[in-house]
Amino acid sequence: MARWCVVALGFGLTVVPAVRSAEPGPLLATIKAVGREGRGNAAAAQAWRELVKHGPKVLPDVLAAMDDASPAAANWLRAAVEAIADRALAAKQLPAESLEAFVKDTRHAGPPRRLAFEWLVKAEPTARLRLLAGMLDDPGSELRREAVELELRKAEALFVSKDAAALPMYQKLLGHARDYDQVQLIAGRLDKLGHPMDLTAHLGFITRWAVIGPFDNRQGRGFHTVYPPERGIDLHAEYEGKDGAKLRWGEATAETPTATADLKRHGRVDFNDIVGEQKGATMYAFAAVVSHSERPVEVRVGSNNAVRFWLNGREIFFREEYHHGVQIDQHVGKGTLKAGRNEILIKVCQNEQTEDWARQWSFQLRVCDALGGAVPLTVVTPKLPPAKRS
Amino acid sequence: MRLLSLTVALVLAVALRGAADDSMQFRGPRGLGVSTEKDLPVEWSDTVGLRWKAALPGRGLSNPVIAQGRVYVTACSGFEQRRLHVLCFDVKTGKLLWDRQFAATGTTVCHPKTNMAAPSPLTDGRSVVALFATGDLVCLDRDGDLVWYRSLVGDYPTVGNNVGMASSPVLVGKTVVVCLENVGESFVAGIDLATGENRWRHERPRGINWVTPVLFDRDGRTQVVVQGPRDLTAFDPVSGKRLWSTEGSFATMASATAGDGMIFAPGGKFTAYRPDKDTVQLLWQNPKLATGYCSPVYYQGLVYTVSAAGVVNCAEPGTGKVLWTERLDGNYAASPLAADGKLYVLSEKGLTTVLQASGEAKVLATNQIDDTFLASPVAADGAIFLRSDKFLYCIGR
Repeated sequence: MARWCVVALGFGLTVVPAVRSAEPGPLLATIKAVGREGRGNAAAAQAWRELVKHGPKVLPDVLAAMDDASPAAANWLRAAVEAIADRALAAKQLPAESLEAFVKDTRHAGPPRRLAFEWLVKAEPTARLRLLAGMLDDPGSELRREAVELELRKAEALFVSKDAAALPMYQKLLGHARDYDQVQLIAGRLDKLGHPMDLTAHLGFITRWAVIGPFDNRQGRGFHTVYPPERGIDLHAEYEGKDGAKLRWGEATAETPTATADLKRHGRVDFNDIVGEQKGATMYAFAAVVSHSERPVEVRVGSNNAVRFWLNGREIFFREEYHHGVQIDQHVGKGTLKAGRNEILIKVCQNEQTEDWARQWSFQLRVCDALGGAVPLTVVTPKLPPAKRS
Repeated sequence: MRLLSLTVALVLAVALRGAADDSMQFRGPRGLGVSTEKDLPVEWSDTVGLRWKAALPGRGLSNPVIAQGRVYVTACSGFEQRRLHVLCFDVKTGKLLWDRQFAATGTTVCHPKTNMAAPSPLTDGRSVVALFATGDLVCLDRDGDLVWYRSLVGDYPTVGNNVGMASSPVLVGKTVVVCLENVGESFVAGIDLATGENRWRHERPRGINWVTPVLFDRDGRTQVVVQGPRDLTAFDPVSGKRLWSTEGSFATMASATAGDGMIFAPGGKFTAYRPDKDTVQLLWQNPKLATGYCSPVYYQGLVYTVSAAGVVNCAEPGTGKVLWTERLDGNYAASPLAADGKLYVLSEKGLTTVLQASGEAKVLATNQIDDTFLASPVAADGAIFLRSDKFLYCIGR
């Protein structure tokens, strides 16, 4: 039976159902039930304090509970791990063995494994190098990043001393690195060592697109207007665009600069180059891609303009924001690639700002796994006449 | 026995409330950039006059807040700034007491000048509330135990922008007020300090605004005044009732300040107002009082402004007449601190000019620490606290 208690938090009084349990399960469930706008917070706070009282023996349970927790609940649980671990560390009671077991168990999600790793290393500093040595292919992005970072430092030392062993080391690390800053560092070194690579392709940018436009976006209305490409792709259709212009699909090729070029340029399609500078205008870009298997993916976009994008007809991201900067992986939409043919559509809107820095009207798009690694795809968009104006 | 317990609890509660002069939030007590601390240091360098210097795990524009012998500050670290820190140091020794970390749940894309630890935390001596530019809102007790947590992006998914958010939470009684004006869902909300639940929430115009609300006292009650690009609007912090509003053209970086029944609002034309019960009287406007990133300060009957290029102006609060202008070296992002009869003005490259706070310009000292400073200085415990990109400096004995 649920008991009720008066909880004094700050100087306010809140009545919440008492959550007491000899087992962490009900407490974890209460914490994971936190809802929007703070709903469930009072009960979660009480459960949190009860949970922490259980001490280090429940650390594996709390860490495991993070696996499928919402982002908000995961942060509640993270705080519980830290509070428990901090006290246990001070009392020299941090359970290093169970933490290490958790770190090594790749069935668990990356963030709690990383959290376990960090507290383990505080108790046992030698565990860091010992564990990272086997984590170059770790499914957790933070552990993998640090493992790559360690090896990169060795490669950099070889590179600086002009040791020939640097080249194979960079080549090996290219297969492990996933974060774009590490990948670009490696690509730049390979370039200097006489082994240039196609970084644009390596990062998974789509470089051949069918594009159409401009449609109207005066007063920002186009962002919310469903133009024909959003209702279905017909690459042979003709549509009426802005100011009555007759529009047809054409082919556009994205930039493939050198490895050391600004990452914002990789895979960039610049609409100013295609249809000339426009204000209050909307463009669409479409790509058909084939995947050999069904798999979850992240579609990552960089653009200085308002964008919406769809995977197989399902909108996976939108943001109505103009000229506040562009960077790689700025926008992330999550979806699932089917085995076989898939369709990617992006809408890129230009507003009517007249400042010189508001000229940019472009996008870059790549398809990745959750770590940021390129997903193998084949672009099968039918060949079209060039979209670029002569 | 029960009476004794209640008495002990009340005594403890009062003791933990924090001394009147403890730094509480953005720009110190009540967010005004003013401290009643005395005997503050005037001269120092990176080797002389430091009580301690503590390394930070990452960048932050947030100023530290100090209460009950503890210094709280936020930082962000890791790939794409996805790790958010709330840190607690001992005010006397600089020893790190705890570091609680959270994973960013909102976008971390921002202009390179700012970062995810841009909003300053607040403390009432008993708990510390930290808001990050990712929309993650955390309340911890003084020992680092979680009181509650909110993902405001989880609650309102379009919150955020690609430049970064910076408005700091403010505390009125037991209500934490947050103002998130951005390209997505924009609002000002009163949040229960005890539970983190919404007490009230009002939509605000969409658009980028980094300004922190200012607290304004009238008839013995505190109002929360929100400064938007085109309005200055006061809310009752408990009920959320809209009390008054006036239109204008206001700054989106520098925040307003208040004192003696007046509000001083930065903008294209720096404007002074005297709010009445339902109306707002415009007292004067002066475009010469440029603020850039730096919020103005009202101290001992004078208004001070600092521009991004280091032009310090002192003006009469009743007329806006400029009494003196001093041009300092460097660029300025930190808001000035007024305390102990002085004005402390900190440049981005670590030059602190100490000016006499009076109607006559007088530079008392210039102190250099070679580091990058964007956070506002605060004073507490007889010391001045400066937060750089890498370190927290406690200057004093």
